[in-house]
Amino acid sequence: MSPPNGPHANAPDRPSSQRRRDALPRLLRRRGDGQLWRERLFHLFCAAVAWSGLVILVVLLFHVTRVGWPVLSWKFLTSPPSRFPHRAGIYPALMGTLWLIGLTTLFTVPVGVGAAIYLEEFATPSRWNRFIELNIANLAGVPSIIYGVLGLGVFVRWMHLGRSVLAGALTMSLLILPVVIIAAREAIRAVPDSIRQGAFALGATRWQAVRDHVLPSALPGILTGIILSIARAIGETAPLITIGALTYVVFVPESPLDRFTVLPIQIYNWASDSRRPFHDLAGAAIVVLLAVLLTVNAVAVWIRHRFEKYRMR
Amino acid sequence: MNQSPPVEKDAPAVPVLQVQELTIRYGDKVAVDRVSLDIPETKITAIIGPSGCGKSTLLRALNRMNDYIEGLTMQGRVLYRGVDLYAKDVDPVQVRRRIGMVFQKPNPFPKSIYKNIAWGLAINGIRDGVPQRVERALQQAALWDEVKDRLHDSALALSGGQQQRLCIARALALEPEVLLMDEPCSALDPISTARIEDLLFQLRDTYTIVIVTHNMQQAARVSDYTAFLDGGHLVEFGPTEQVFTRPKEKRTEDYVTGRFG
Amino acid sequence: MRSSQQQALFRPRRSQQWREGAIRALLALCAAVSVVTTVAIVVVLLWESALFFREVSPWEFLTGTRWAPKFQPQSFGVLPLVCGTLLVVVGSALVALPAGLITGIYLSEYARPRTRAVLKPILEILAGIPTVVYGYFALYFITPGLMAVFPGTERFNAASAAIAVGVMILPMVASICDDAFQAVPDSLRQGAYALGARRRQVVLRVVLPAALSGVIASYVLALSRAVGETMIVTLAAGANPQLTLNPLEAIQTMTAYIVQVSLGDTPAGTVEYHTLYAVGLLLFLITFSLNVVAQRILRRFREEYE
Ligand SMILES: Nc1ncnc2c1ncn2[C@@H]1O[C@H](COP(=O)(O)OP(=O)(O)OP(=O)(O)O)[C@@H](O)[C@H]1O
Ligand SMILES: [Mg+2]
Repeated sequence: MSPPNGPHANAPDRPSSQRRRDALPRLLRRRGDGQLWRERLFHLFCAAVAWSGLVILVVLLFHVTRVGWPVLSWKFLTSPPSRFPHRAGIYPALMGTLWLIGLTTLFTVPVGVGAAIYLEEFATPSRWNRFIELNIANLAGVPSIIYGVLGLGVFVRWMHLGRSVLAGALTMSLLILPVVIIAAREAIRAVPDSIRQGAFALGATRWQAVRDHVLPSALPGILTGIILSIARAIGETAPLITIGALTYVVFVPESPLDRFTVLPIQIYNWASDSRRPFHDLAGAAIVVLLAVLLTVNAVAVWIRHRFEKYRMR
Repeated sequence: MNQSPPVEKDAPAVPVLQVQELTIRYGDKVAVDRVSLDIPETKITAIIGPSGCGKSTLLRALNRMNDYIEGLTMQGRVLYRGVDLYAKDVDPVQVRRRIGMVFQKPNPFPKSIYKNIAWGLAINGIRDGVPQRVERALQQAALWDEVKDRLHDSALALSGGQQQRLCIARALALEPEVLLMDEPCSALDPISTARIEDLLFQLRDTYTIVIVTHNMQQAARVSDYTAFLDGGHLVEFGPTEQVFTRPKEKRTEDYVTGRFG
Repeated sequence: MRSSQQQALFRPRRSQQWREGAIRALLALCAAVSVVTTVAIVVVLLWESALFFREVSPWEFLTGTRWAPKFQPQSFGVLPLVCGTLLVVVGSALVALPAGLITGIYLSEYARPRTRAVLKPILEILAGIPTVVYGYFALYFITPGLMAVFPGTERFNAASAAIAVGVMILPMVASICDDAFQAVPDSLRQGAYALGARRRQVVLRVVLPAALSGVIASYVLALSRAVGETMIVTLAAGANPQLTLNPLEAIQTMTAYIVQVSLGDTPAGTVEYHTLYAVGLLLFLITFSLNVVAQRILRRFREEYE
């Protein structure tokens, strides 16, 4: 895709080339009617807009780090929240996030991967299966707060799970399920068909071929998808607020039926407080949250990278 | 396994597989058109014909590998020793266990050499003497000497020809009665091809082999019987020597002499 | 006789077939969870908002211009919430749609592979930042900035939320536009170059029109995301449902209202409480239709280039 006369090809005119240019037939000479300037300006403009994303990112990170850094300490990580800003910490929120993510993973992974296997390997192109596919695509676009309303109606009230970490995890599972399914399907689809054929020719059933060959080959892709969905779940706030998780929690959940708080909710709590010192606490908690997310994403990148190399061999 | 008495080259052999009036369509498109054909026991049968004439489709019908293709419909029958392979109570999985298949492109599993062979045994419930069976299969496929020291290395590290022999070994380990091969040498260099042809010579007395090939010389060299397919029709079927030297049909003659098209 | 022996040989292994069937059923069940989810969403929203619409007529709900469930006299006109949402959506669209398109153009048509390899992850990071963080940023960085420039700016205002939402949806627009441009066959570009067009002309007159439906789909999806965005507007846009077009005033969006109710001081079982579901239903219907439209466009676009 390198066009014959793109901006890169247009070296700036230098006086030294003046004589050669005069020798050029008039027709081929570069036109001086501003076309070139417009080309360059447009390129520059596009580049500036595209890179402004980086500028925003840097400004955002700089802002929260400047606010939050002075607050960060070991004590901040290991203390419960408090009415007194200098004593407050995020320990219950960190543990709550861990609980929530653990349970969510527990629910989502088998169901999501199972659904993906069904749709890619077992489903025949019937109307019902087309409907399931369409439905998953649509679910992926439903706003997260609607999942909160769903969780409030089904898990908290009808199933009487209360505002427990279990209700939160179930809600979060439904939220990230479509994303997990879509990612897992892509990974399964990327497994070459010749592997399945080879298995069938040896008298394997569909499930034997999937269990022993397709799934192991698709595993890196599936894992990456799961981890990225989990990263999303770690940062989600709205559905948890909707099921009523925004309460003052100073303890760590000990069972799935305990109440809980998570990092983003703690951030919201402090950010919406009217007193200034709490805003700084929110900034510090954001730094921690972003660090957690960065780690999780790094793991995903590492898995992708590692297995790509492995597959080359 | 081989109980039938040896038959002479030109005498009609016992058919293991009988294809009867078989028509296969992809949607509305006819790929195999009313083909009838008897595959003789412990002989090598070659299927030749121009690209797209339905060779692979026909071959895959012989062990129900076509089951997985959407929109494919079939008419007619395929009998294995008198049993209709497409009868209701026949399990395609059991069929493929007796009628093995080797593909055009080598497709070893991304696992160790040993596991490639042992897996087929495992899923078919064979647990006794697995290492011995693996060794025997590799020896049959003339691969043992090359890999015996690295059985637990990845099969993907083998050369293309070695991979294809591994795939043959994988199929042989199940002791099938019939081996279907779809252009097994087309992705290989001449030396690897020669080794696989040698292998075919060694296997011909024990196994019934059906091989699809584009390579006329190969068909002439290795096969006992040859079927010539064109546009989904079976144009001619007979002993290889006759098909290549005294074809009954003009089209066959044109094709085998390279005047085709 | 031999035949019957052979027949027995091919007879299915019952246990294996049973297991295969059971596994298949189990996997199908997993896939069905998604359908159950959709049904549950619809049932919960319809059922609970039915309780609301027993008290308030849908007409009053959809056309009323005053939203005051907590004050006497109560009033349940959803238009102020819709107006607040619209203000934020339009504002974010002004930020994200042109910038996203131009970023897409740059990524697909100008950036070299190495630049792409840097820029794409940056956009992914931007897309992965939790919305509560954007909300914080809007409230404590963008709003003070706006206040400095426009002295009349309120502490909570639609504009800062709109800017933050715009930044949040920008990466999605850019990435879908990029995909759409990449899907345009290179032969089209070559043809234009052969006619003596310059790159800008090729991009704007050949590639962009060819990828237009993909661009539009990305826009519709982005709008849907903006409509459903919650934390940014909850933190930065305020809780003041009013019919205004002034982005510097405090407003309330549908999503922010849902959060407000679920924060807990509304007694369950009252009409005020059921407004949560009625507003949720409206929100669901809006985003759902937007998504369906976007998917239609995208599907047609893909078919065009396959
Ligand atoms: N999955 C499929 N769907 C639709 N049509 C198909 C499919 N597979 C094959 N065909 C068509 O059926 C006909 C026969 O195909 P087949 O693969 O059997 O040919 P072949 O003789 O093996 O060709 P080749 O020598 O190139 O491998 C061809 O015209 C092909 O286009
Ligand atoms: Mg073929």
